Amino acid sequence: MSNAIEAIEAPADYGHFPDTLGHFGPYGGRFVPELLMAPLEELSAAYERYRNDPAFKASLDADLKDYVGRPTPLYYAEHWSNQVGGARLYLKREDLDHTGAHKVNNTMGQALLAYHMGKKRIVAETGAGQHGVATAAVCARLGLECIVYMGAEDVRRQSVNVYRMRLMGATVVPVESGTRTLKDALNEAFRDWAANVDDTFYIIGTVAGPHPYPAMVRDFQSVIGHETREQCLEQHGRLPDALVACVGGGSNAIGLFHPFLEDREVAIYGVEAGGDGVETGRHAAPLSAGRPGVLHGNRTYLMEDEDGQIMATHSVSAGLDYPGVGPEHAWLKDTHRVEYVAVNDDDALAAFHGLARSEGIIPALETAHAIAYAEKLAKQMRPDQIIVINCSGRGDKDINTVAEVEGMEL
Amino acid sequence: MSRISHRFSQRRAEGRKTLVTYLTGGDPNPQATVPMMQTLVASGADIIEVGMPFSDPMADGPVIQAACDRALAAGTGLRGVLEMVREFRREDQDTPVVLMGYLNPIEQIGYIEFARLAAAAGVDGVLTVDLPPEEGNELVAALADHDLDPIWLVAPTTRIERIRAICDHARGFVYYVSLKGVTGAATLDIDSVSEHVEAIRQTTQLPVGVGFGVRNGDDAARLGEVADAVVVGSAIVSRIAEHAEDQAAGIEAVGAFTRSLRAGLDAPSLEASS
Repeated sequence: MSNAIEAIEAPADYGHFPDTLGHFGPYGGRFVPELLMAPLEELSAAYERYRNDPAFKASLDADLKDYVGRPTPLYYAEHWSNQVGGARLYLKREDLDHTGAHKVNNTMGQALLAYHMGKKRIVAETGAGQHGVATAAVCARLGLECIVYMGAEDVRRQSVNVYRMRLMGATVVPVESGTRTLKDALNEAFRDWAANVDDTFYIIGTVAGPHPYPAMVRDFQSVIGHETREQCLEQHGRLPDALVACVGGGSNAIGLFHPFLEDREVAIYGVEAGGDGVETGRHAAPLSAGRPGVLHGNRTYLMEDEDGQIMATHSVSAGLDYPGVGPEHAWLKDTHRVEYVAVNDDDALAAFHGLARSEGIIPALETAHAIAYAEKLAKQMRPDQIIVINCSGRGDKDINTVAEVEGMEL
Repeated sequence: MSRISHRFSQRRAEGRKTLVTYLTGGDPNPQATVPMMQTLVASGADIIEVGMPFSDPMADGPVIQAACDRALAAGTGLRGVLEMVREFRREDQDTPVVLMGYLNPIEQIGYIEFARLAAAAGVDGVLTVDLPPEEGNELVAALADHDLDPIWLVAPTTRIERIRAICDHARGFVYYVSLKGVTGAATLDIDSVSEHVEAIRQTTQLPVGVGFGVRNGDDAARLGEVADAVVVGSAIVSRIAEHAEDQAAGIEAVGAFTRSLRAGLDAPSLEASS
């Protein structure tokens, strides 16, 4: 694999990817220790079987409806749109999902799969704690043991989510190695899985990791895009002009984007965490400023130094604070189907306040990155045009962080 | 014949088992590695594995992760490790050196350039723990161009068809990971190891090394009963860590430990003696 990825030709049909070994063009794949190859093959086979099983689909759909609370609204944020000026802004309200973010769409699917595979023990990694909370919830619901690995630094920053996980019966294990954040939690969860492959299922929270995770998590999250498509057609008789979502690992984004990839008239924007500014090096924007490499089981864009060591990232939003990104996003970037941009901490914080004041909706700090970019985009578009933003999570979890940044004591 | 194959034939001809020892390059500082490699050889190690430090060693336990962190903090990357091998090779033309680590630092140099540099430094084999054969064709081709042996892992979870595919790619030796888990974990199940090593032997003529979980001379002796080589890593690295502040003490401790492994491995068979 050479470093310079040449311009890649866009495929005729995005729906047929990845290939059987998990490749999205040069990205993705399965780069794991030999010990994990057999469990990944077992998982791929089980997923192939159950995804086409009507009984599995019916029970997942029932849980998505009655437990998660789907479908979520596609909401016209009229007051906000008027304030911004330009295109009409619509929010896909994933913040209304049970546990407060889109994460549960995926954990519900994976936990149900684990249940059917007879795996009684679940491990997961978490950064901000949203995926951990969503995993703890579904494990409680299905009676599965749940162990969540979380960087010690994140345990400190997100104590409320740690308590929520424990309330639902999960064991939260603080990870002291490396930078003590999300990437180290992933390392530790992989290690646990390697040591306990027989009875353990690893629920990865984003569209990264080795095959089949990027495709499987995408499929579970695609309910967002499918609903959006239907709702938009119903409300407007046509598709939206643009989609905007924040990208850390990229699961909420791919969930919204994927059902629209063939609709070339729909412009798609992924928003990374610019931190202090991409030019400062203190950010979490591998697609904007990284280069291809291999980490956590797949080839993708990474933030890394000259020697191939993974760099510490920075973002005010813990959920975007990850040095890699899902391999499908890497490929969508190279094929120019999706445009990836970065929004700085300051602009995200302003958008956090802006949406709260204009709509009475407090978005997650992750989501606030998409909100900020949508404002910029709307101003360049006409009032008859429609932008759909994935409102991927609610901001209650971030209130302490925002107060701290602004020097306020709660 | 590669230096690795030659070393295995030598030991086999002597009726002895091969002792493979691991240390992380640049741990705890760049100056410590070459003297430590020489100590390992002088104390009875047959093949040296040098770890290429990586920030996110997900197949390794806390001992090796800490070694990677120390090495990186002291400024050693992949190019630094190659420099250490070059220096070691000036004095020692016989002991095979295997680089062990993760794919990303190699990708950043580029496979072809890496293979060229590694061969020029005197490396004999390369083991990338997060590169399965399915993804490995390009690297294997680059290594082959420079007569470097690709070393592959076989795990307790590896099914027989995969063992065959892995052995088809392998040269030098095949490395059986004797435990589920990460480096430095739990205890040894000798019957299970024996069964898997037999399965590997059915598919390849290559020597089989066994590692993960070897803590002392007795463990080495028991594994030596069933394998061609015994690989010891975490137990050495933890001694290096213990004496990170005092190089002479570290050399003393690692030397004594390696001699005890060698003695265990060379002792008359347990069955014969019991």
